[in-house]
Amino acid sequence: MHQLLRTRVNDFALKLGNVNGTGSASANGLLMQAIFRMGIPVSGKNLFPSNIQGLPTWYEIRVNKEGYTARALDYDLMVAMNAQTYARDVKEVREGGYLLFDSSWPLDPSLHRDDITFLGVPFARMCNESFKEPRERVLMKNIAYAGTLVAILDVDMAVVEQLLDEKYGTKKALRESNLKALRLGYDYAKKHFDPLPFHLEKMDANGDKILIDGNTATALGCVYAGATVAAWYPITPSTSCMDAFKVFCEQYRKDKSAGVNNYCILQAEDELGAIGMVIGASWTGARAFTSTSGPGISLMNELLGLAYYAEIPAVIIDVQRVGPSTGMPTRTQQGDLMAAAYASHGDTKHILLFPANPGECFDFARNAFDLAERFQTPVLMLTDLDIGMNDWVVPRFKWDESYKPDRGRVLTAAELEKLPKFQRYHHEDENYVAARTLPGVHSKGAFFTRGSGHNKFGGYTEIPDEYQEVVDRLLKKHKAAAKLVPAPVITKRKGAKVGLITIGGCDAAVREAADILASRDCLTDVMRIRGFPFDESVEKFAHEHDSCFVIEQNRDAQLRSLLLLETAIQKDELRSILVYGGFPLSARHVVDEVRRQLRVKEKKGLRGSEAPQSWEE
Amino acid sequence: MPSIAKPIAVHPSLHRNALGLTLRDYEGAMSTLCAGCGHDSITAAIIKALWELSIQPHMIAKMSGIGCSSKTPTYFVNGAHGFNSAHGRMAAIATGANAANRELTYIGISGDGDSLSIGLGHMCHAIRRNVKMLYVIENNGVYGLTKGQFSASADVGSRSKRGEPNRMAPIDPVMLALSIGATFVARSFSGDKEQLVPILKAAIAHRGFALVDVISPCVTFNDHNGSTKSYLYTRKHMQKATEADFVPPASEILATIGDVGTTTVTMHDGSVVRFTSVPKNYDPTDRRGVYDYLQEHANTGSVATGLLYLDESVADLHEMNQTPSTALARMPYDKLVPGTAALDELMEDFR
Repeated sequence: MHQLLRTRVNDFALKLGNVNGTGSASANGLLMQAIFRMGIPVSGKNLFPSNIQGLPTWYEIRVNKEGYTARALDYDLMVAMNAQTYARDVKEVREGGYLLFDSSWPLDPSLHRDDITFLGVPFARMCNESFKEPRERVLMKNIAYAGTLVAILDVDMAVVEQLLDEKYGTKKALRESNLKALRLGYDYAKKHFDPLPFHLEKMDANGDKILIDGNTATALGCVYAGATVAAWYPITPSTSCMDAFKVFCEQYRKDKSAGVNNYCILQAEDELGAIGMVIGASWTGARAFTSTSGPGISLMNELLGLAYYAEIPAVIIDVQRVGPSTGMPTRTQQGDLMAAAYASHGDTKHILLFPANPGECFDFARNAFDLAERFQTPVLMLTDLDIGMNDWVVPRFKWDESYKPDRGRVLTAAELEKLPKFQRYHHEDENYVAARTLPGVHSKGAFFTRGSGHNKFGGYTEIPDEYQEVVDRLLKKHKAAAKLVPAPVITKRKGAKVGLITIGGCDAAVREAADILASRDCLTDVMRIRGFPFDESVEKFAHEHDSCFVIEQNRDAQLRSLLLLETAIQKDELRSILVYGGFPLSARHVVDEVRRQLRVKEKKGLRGSEAPQSWEE
Repeated sequence: MPSIAKPIAVHPSLHRNALGLTLRDYEGAMSTLCAGCGHDSITAAIIKALWELSIQPHMIAKMSGIGCSSKTPTYFVNGAHGFNSAHGRMAAIATGANAANRELTYIGISGDGDSLSIGLGHMCHAIRRNVKMLYVIENNGVYGLTKGQFSASADVGSRSKRGEPNRMAPIDPVMLALSIGATFVARSFSGDKEQLVPILKAAIAHRGFALVDVISPCVTFNDHNGSTKSYLYTRKHMQKATEADFVPPASEILATIGDVGTTTVTMHDGSVVRFTSVPKNYDPTDRRGVYDYLQEHANTGSVATGLLYLDESVADLHEMNQTPSTALARMPYDKLVPGTAALDELMEDFR
């Protein structure tokens, strides 16, 4: 019977429930990479706890031949390897779906469901019989279930073996035990199970695309930008960004003949120190950055104000996680938008960049340094845990050899020599930026960098007019950045009257939602904002539509607030769709909520916002 | 901070250093601190030390935080870049600046509030990283700009101007620094320029982080009877542990090595510090001995001064990180970017 139902090719979702710290990540990664190598569009979401060992962790794999990569909420297949979450995992399988479990122990009959198929494989028993070491038995159980999945989903075994070869290379024993475990699961499944109604078939949809996470991409962007000093304090989910920066520096920045490192990475005492080091390094003319997350941004507020006011470049990578306070460190959110835009006391405004995927992380990271030096101010690039830590299929990164870093207006010794007198905050250019000098160049360029009140000459002041002259220019300077930050990506459909406005990692889900809505006769245009300050096209988009939904991942509609504060868009022009429980956005969230709000609007003739609905998962 | 420019007048009889510069070339704006402030004497000693060392003014970076002490970089070396940053953060900012440009001579000026309270963590970690810099704490036991609160260096029993005693134990920057691996630790008194100038010179020549704690009485809020950081108290209780003599690299060393109570340490740049110990058997290169000596003195209420501890053998931040001898900040971009071929090759790893 199953044979007849084998209709769904390359379009399904599976979820794997594991215990963290048992080595499941490598089995899940292996599957994901194998599917990618088969040329099939695939995305993986790691839903992990803030813990080292013993707590529940899930991995979701979505296969979609159309290339939709947002998180799917309907699981065709659940791999339930964690007894702690078994009850919950059984419930999440869609009607008619499958559940793969370890049949070494009897199933709790009370959890049985008639509408799904249970596939039992005695993973623990088989691994205990085949492997001696306790740790190996645990690790190989994961590879064994991967073997079963290879069998029932039609993963190309040759690809999997090739991956194991690449991974273990010379470590023959490891390669052999992995292969053995893989075969255990594979052979058992082939012998006992019919094929599933959904499966994989080789495609050529991935071309020469790559599989990469955003933190790695960001780190690579910083290397290519020419960053030499990095200062940071370890924090989830940004740690892997600095780890990757170190790996790349060791690869590309070691001058082996001279025996020196053309970089310096400083693990600071805290985030106050980290941003201080970045500002100090930038002050001497180096390209410097820090990577952090929300709690780090909170601590960096003080010195972000100093860098803003004293006009010192700085690049801050904020890989957002769930706040407030410690919040949920291993879950994703877009909750730092307001905190980043106006970080620090007094009148401050920062330049922000919002990449949506690892490809943009690579490009925007480099761009962040150009903008920071061009505008002599901090630039914060806001990614999130989903972008930063999950693997994404993206076009391979390209490098333009003609790229020259924009170092902004910096006076050379010769230029200083010719000047009658250097005045730090005077003689601004079309972007309201005045030339700066670096220490160690010429004593004529010497001045006092200060966070205290100063006039355009850089001198201390407490005189209202002199103070205002400087901060008024800073405001104009910030506005001037609007035309140089990445422009919004606008996708239009003919006849659309509804606009979807979104940001960062919501991109994939919103684009998919727009397609689904269009198939249900609801045409929407989509605008994804990529930078702050907003350029004119942002305001124009809102005015062009009868109503706009601002889709973002925080409770307080921070992007919507920022739009209302910084443009002439009226409150009733923008509705909100907010998903902020900590897991990545799904198209279903958007589709359901757009339709619900539009129905309400039709009924009541309402315009504008109303209480947002939240989802329970 | 407000400042007043000084008239430019150079008397032909003024001495010139190796660069042909006079002391005037190392001065800054007129001080706006209270008349008689100990900090101004420290400024004068710094000017003298920098002039004597013949450091190019534009190769000096003056770093400070916030507070009376942190104003003082305005008052020396006009031709040097200065960074009057945020309260307590100077050590972190100087660390980053030093990491990016090691060619500059970093002069950090801080106070007891700036270093021992709000910025304590940053100072400690700059010590641990052995960031090559002179780090002066202008220590008066009191918050001046906010009008007289006790700082963390105030001694137990020391009285404020209003007569209230301090009840909390002080943080002694010297003892603290010794306990976390500091490689250069000195204490002096703003009223003793003779002692201070050679210490500052040695500190600038030092291979790493050089902590110089200078008792600098606050004439407005902490120079009364009952204060243990007043001029009178300090003069009465000061006890020299060493007398240090700084000998620049090219000069002949006249000291006879092996003299009783004399220790000679060759600095990283070839200069020499010659110590004469005042008490018998004081060895400024023996961390444990120094620690014991200072502990004993602290118990009797006396203030041990001099270049108290020195270790030239420890790697600084750059040696630990194996950075090039020239500034990272000046490194040309084409040496830093891996290029197209490298990227194309790397992309294969993500297949």
